[in-house]
Amino acid sequence: MSKSVIIQNLSKIYPGVKALDGISCTVNKGEIFGFIGPDGAGKTTLFRILTSLLIPDEGTATVDGDDVVKDYKSIRAKVGYMPGKFSLYQDLSVEENLKFFAGVFKTTIAENYHLIEGIYKQIEPFKHRLAGNLSGGMKQKLALSCALIHKPTVLFLDEPTTGVDAVSRKEFWEMLHQLKSTGLTIIVSTPYMDEAALCDRVALLQNGKILSIASPEEIVAGFPHKLYGIKSEKLYPLNELLKLEKQVHSTYLFGDSIHLVLQQNASIDILMEKIKTKNFDDLEWEIISPDIEDCFMELMHKT
Amino acid sequence: MGNHFAGHRRLFYGTNAQDMKTVVTVKNLVKKFGNFVANDNLNFEVYGGEIFGFLGANGAGKTTTIKILCGLSVPTSGEITVAGFDVYKQREEIKKNIGYMSQKFSLYDDLTIQENIRFYGGIYGLSNEAIKAKTSQYMETLDLYDYAKSRVLDLPLGIKQKLAFSVAVMHEPQIVFLDEPTSGVDPITRRQFWDMINAEAEKGTTVFVTTHYMDEAEYCHRISIMVDGRIDALDSPDELKQQFEVDSIEEVFIQLARTATRA
Repeated sequence: MSKSVIIQNLSKIYPGVKALDGISCTVNKGEIFGFIGPDGAGKTTLFRILTSLLIPDEGTATVDGDDVVKDYKSIRAKVGYMPGKFSLYQDLSVEENLKFFAGVFKTTIAENYHLIEGIYKQIEPFKHRLAGNLSGGMKQKLALSCALIHKPTVLFLDEPTTGVDAVSRKEFWEMLHQLKSTGLTIIVSTPYMDEAALCDRVALLQNGKILSIASPEEIVAGFPHKLYGIKSEKLYPLNELLKLEKQVHSTYLFGDSIHLVLQQNASIDILMEKIKTKNFDDLEWEIISPDIEDCFMELMHKT
Repeated sequence: MGNHFAGHRRLFYGTNAQDMKTVVTVKNLVKKFGNFVANDNLNFEVYGGEIFGFLGANGAGKTTTIKILCGLSVPTSGEITVAGFDVYKQREEIKKNIGYMSQKFSLYDDLTIQENIRFYGGIYGLSNEAIKAKTSQYMETLDLYDYAKSRVLDLPLGIKQKLAFSVAVMHEPQIVFLDEPTSGVDPITRRQFWDMINAEAEKGTTVFVTTHYMDEAEYCHRISIMVDGRIDALDSPDELKQQFEVDSIEEVFIQLARTATRA
């Protein structure tokens, strides 16, 4: 499979903090690749290096065959980049912003309209409105249109869904899957673990290091423990109680249940019977499959 | 509003509903900006020690309501009290009797941990003794000794958020408003943060919280969901799931948010 991005041993050090600590990974052409991790994991630093906006302290990276340091000019012409902060001109209209970005890249809206049509036509009725007066969802669509208008081969989206509600997030991911069908390579970062499942492959990132790189299915399959889902009306006190039990490896609240991993050789039946007698007679449990968040937390434990 | 207690199996174990103190009362709240109705006749109450989740899509009107409840904005009409104070006439009293924290603004980045605690303690009128006591309490419980001399700017996000929450409740307000407190935080810290929320609520503090993490909505005693400036659902997570015949709050949220007509 041909590679769109090759990252080798990349490091970036800021005073007092290693933002990226020897990262290596590759992204295949035409895939949606997710860098999943909390704030401070190094996602933005990595994206700024890959788009040639920042020079790494160690290591190398190529995007679509170009070195991110030496070939910065051609990289800038072929990548699309949507930074985490809304970075369009608030006092230009929707259409003026798009024209501006097309102009910078020496193209026209007409020439590449087909690339953005699906997204842009949703905000086209408001094309004379100032970008600063758009709703959050519309700003996002405009930013995406501006990042696509010069027909990039690789699209970088830095936390496009942070602070966005569940419905708009869903719609945004539907747009990304439509874009993927055009052959575009899409590299996206997010702190939302559930979005990992929507990527072809992901890298889990924490404190500048990659914890794991694989498809979401492989990551979940690699969870090394038996995982129990536990339900009770009194979840919070139950979780506090489980934290104190020696047989417990980890116990976390997960919405309306607790996800529990036991120490090796511990028996779920014995533990549950014991807990039941402590005023938790409504306790129910079953073996469940982990999700990416379970895996991420397990990997955090190990580091 | 008493009927809202019917389904609160998870609320206040061993406590009778009639013992509940009302901390927020909202009757017929309307807020207009020109012709735009940001809050369209809201009615709800929030009770002492309750974790109240305030959900809604971006642009649904949540921030408008929170600003009014925090005494930062005046409603167009309606009867609203917070911690017993009127949002028209007693806004300064409200500000003294609530806590507030958001991801965007909470602590001063270029002050140290102790300077931040001292600053907020001073703002809220705590005595020097009380400030000292709170400082050593937080250093201890949040395990901040490694960062004693660091500026807040240099703290890991998780620690910053836990400290911000502690500072927001250091004057022991009746209610604390948390605006997306866990946005961008790693999954383990996110859960530790909710442990802090639960512990605070068990002490009797009311927690009014917004979040985009739908699993966090499940940790609330009750949640409201706003659509186009209205509250279209308000109940315990379990009741809402039953009512909408779905398995998760995320599905409830999506069903409701899809009915929005406002751009």
